[in-house]
Amino acid sequence: MTTATARTGVDARKILSENGALGGLVVLVVALSILAPTFLSTQNLINVGVQAAVVAVLAFGSTFVIVSGGIDLSVGSVAALSAMVGAWSSAEAGLPGPVALLLGLATGVAAGLINGAMVSFGRLPAFIATLAMLSIARGLTLVVSQGTPLATPDVVTFLGSNLVPQVPLPLLIMLVFFGITGFVLSRTYAGRSMYAIGGNEEAARLSGIDVRRQKLVIYALSGLFAAVAGMLLAGRLASAGPQAAVGYELDAIAAVVIGGASLSGGVGRAFGTLVGALVLAVLRNGLNQLQVSPFWQQVVIGVVIALAVLLDTLRRRSR
Amino acid sequence: MAELLRAEGITKRFTGALALDGVDFAVNSGEVHVLLGENGAGKSTLVKVLAGVYRPDSGSVRVADGVNLAVIYQELTLVPELSVAENLFLGRPPRRFGVVDRARMLRDAVGLLARVGLRVDPATPVKELGIAQQQMVEIARALDLNAGVLVLDEPTAVLTDTETDRLLEIMAEIRDQGVGLVFITHHLDEIRRIADRVTVLRDGRSVGVLPAGSSVEQMIELMVGRAISEQYPRRSQEPGDVLLKVDSLTRDGRFTDVSFEVRAGEVVGIAGLVGAGRTEVVRAAFGVDHYDSGHVEVAGRRLPGGDVRAAMRAGLGLVPEDRKGQGLVLTSSVGENLGLVTLRSATRAGIVDRKRQRRHADEMATALRVKTSGLDQEVRELSGGNQQKVVIGKWLLADPRVLVLDEPTRGVDVGAKVEIYELINRMTAAGRAVLLVSSDLPEVIGMSDRIVVMAHGRVAGELPARGTTQDEVMALAVQEFSA
Repeated sequence: MTTATARTGVDARKILSENGALGGLVVLVVALSILAPTFLSTQNLINVGVQAAVVAVLAFGSTFVIVSGGIDLSVGSVAALSAMVGAWSSAEAGLPGPVALLLGLATGVAAGLINGAMVSFGRLPAFIATLAMLSIARGLTLVVSQGTPLATPDVVTFLGSNLVPQVPLPLLIMLVFFGITGFVLSRTYAGRSMYAIGGNEEAARLSGIDVRRQKLVIYALSGLFAAVAGMLLAGRLASAGPQAAVGYELDAIAAVVIGGASLSGGVGRAFGTLVGALVLAVLRNGLNQLQVSPFWQQVVIGVVIALAVLLDTLRRRSR
Repeated sequence: MAELLRAEGITKRFTGALALDGVDFAVNSGEVHVLLGENGAGKSTLVKVLAGVYRPDSGSVRVADGVNLAVIYQELTLVPELSVAENLFLGRPPRRFGVVDRARMLRDAVGLLARVGLRVDPATPVKELGIAQQQMVEIARALDLNAGVLVLDEPTAVLTDTETDRLLEIMAEIRDQGVGLVFITHHLDEIRRIADRVTVLRDGRSVGVLPAGSSVEQMIELMVGRAISEQYPRRSQEPGDVLLKVDSLTRDGRFTDVSFEVRAGEVVGIAGLVGAGRTEVVRAAFGVDHYDSGHVEVAGRRLPGGDVRAAMRAGLGLVPEDRKGQGLVLTSSVGENLGLVTLRSATRAGIVDRKRQRRHADEMATALRVKTSGLDQEVRELSGGNQQKVVIGKWLLADPRVLVLDEPTRGVDVGAKVEIYELINRMTAAGRAVLLVSSDLPEVIGMSDRIVVMAHGRVAGELPARGTTQDEVMALAVQEFSA
């Protein structure tokens, strides 16, 4: 369903039936709390949230792109590059922390704008354009860092820390970006255009939507969100690594798809993506608690992605 | 005549709305059974129940032993890149030692194509065939699958008159071979020519079965539930200022030196054969495609070429001919689609006034009598006529000075057609103008004030609509130009 209607009251069954992934998340949490006694502890749940935060913010940006019928494979690399530019500006160029942070975020926006320009004006398929950016941004990260991690400025490290004990900032930032994403998708011109462009680009164009300009906005948003995710990741480690966030673009896409979005465009919601990111984080955390080997974890996660989408497809078909 | 298929008491609901309500329907061997009804009456739903796509909530479908049912949908299911022969035997090519036997496939294809009177080289890629020929390929494939019952869902909506004649001949031949045909069409004259029985659906119920030879009036009255006094209720008035001026518009290889004017309060029809360049001209005027020379003015202001948004700001609107491909966002709701054109004007500082959008969409859906369970219903679930109302409605909300309607009633039933005509009247009465592109000659003559006839990318002539005959329009439409 693409329409975000205001719901009055909370009807648990309706919410579950409309969000297949949420049902899956509930089942996962219940199962893990039985199997792993430590899972349900406050500290561990906070850990799950922090672990979900980076992927969730990346995935929120990817939601814009996927709803509009595109794909952004570059978000992991752009996240790493943005964090690295921020760290370099402060550690090597000696700029004040907040300025370095802004430069890092601007880097993400710039990478996104270039993606958008390649897609809308260069008419490159989004897959190809962002695949190129994946390589370019990763390469630039290595160039800037000379292959070694750089310390992040204090303001970035602060983003990865606890606001007050028990309240980690990444968790709050994730929730803020969830709100922003939901607002953009349902209330803004850019968001409504995303659904129209993803559903039928030609109809959108003939209805007077400036498709090319909107695509610039969409990929720029994705780049900005990637930069924020990069800062969160670097902040938690207090350093920006040249190999940070490798492969995260696939987690982001998985989260969006588990959340019920369609890769053919026109369908997708912020809440679904949030649930998708939580499913991945809960699964990783739970498997660690159960001491499943990391090799097998990858297998399990792949199976879960396939199952989630399969169930969603079956659910839609039965209507 | 043996009975091939019998459906009894079919009831089907969609999210609360009753699509079919206790419908009985049967098909005999060697008959053409027409399914008639307005858009949204339940024809397509019934076909999908018969074909097993939908499971009915109650009722039963029984098929005689050994009888297959094949449906030829409006959207064809051929693979454009593959050859005619490969499409005919898609998924089951003749094989020898596991390898496709091409020679035999081509040989078998020739015989099969002969059954539908199609003379093309079976090695031709399907995408090189016209739409009528592609339909024949689909019918031939269905026949080879031993379809005892063949359902044709509005096959003539996309055909020219001669192609339709040909299709009806083939249908008669297949009928005489003992196949039972279910035929859906909105063209009542076709029904008079070929139907053996007519089942009329209205609001999901079967309201009557008419015998062959029933009059057009009988059919309309059963279908609409009331008598329609006038098929083309055009109310002309004194034209005002020029609102749209197309001056010597040329796009190399597509159209040449096209000029015409549309005045306030006027309906100007654009007639011509398929391929005469009508759609190309209006798309270029609206800024969708570029043009090489000439210019377009709206209310005295010259438009920059190739800029849809500038055309819209000047007061031009376009309802494109391809409803699903260009008019609708099928993944979105009725309300979203209605608000698409006005999305920009309802935005302040990047934020859409969704309450206002919803209120306007609601008013428009009510005014146009869009048959829907609500604004949140997905637009893909609506019938063709109601979808078309949504496309027109999204433009009416923007209140354009000149609205271009490209084949606005294609695949739309009689009742909805008249409603669309009344909308045209209301627009012109309010001082707006309509440019009506249509292949339906009675419609162009009946609803226009003036008719511009195009042939081979040029304006072949202009006629006043009143008193003009179809022959006069056709004489211009087939005119040859010396290059």
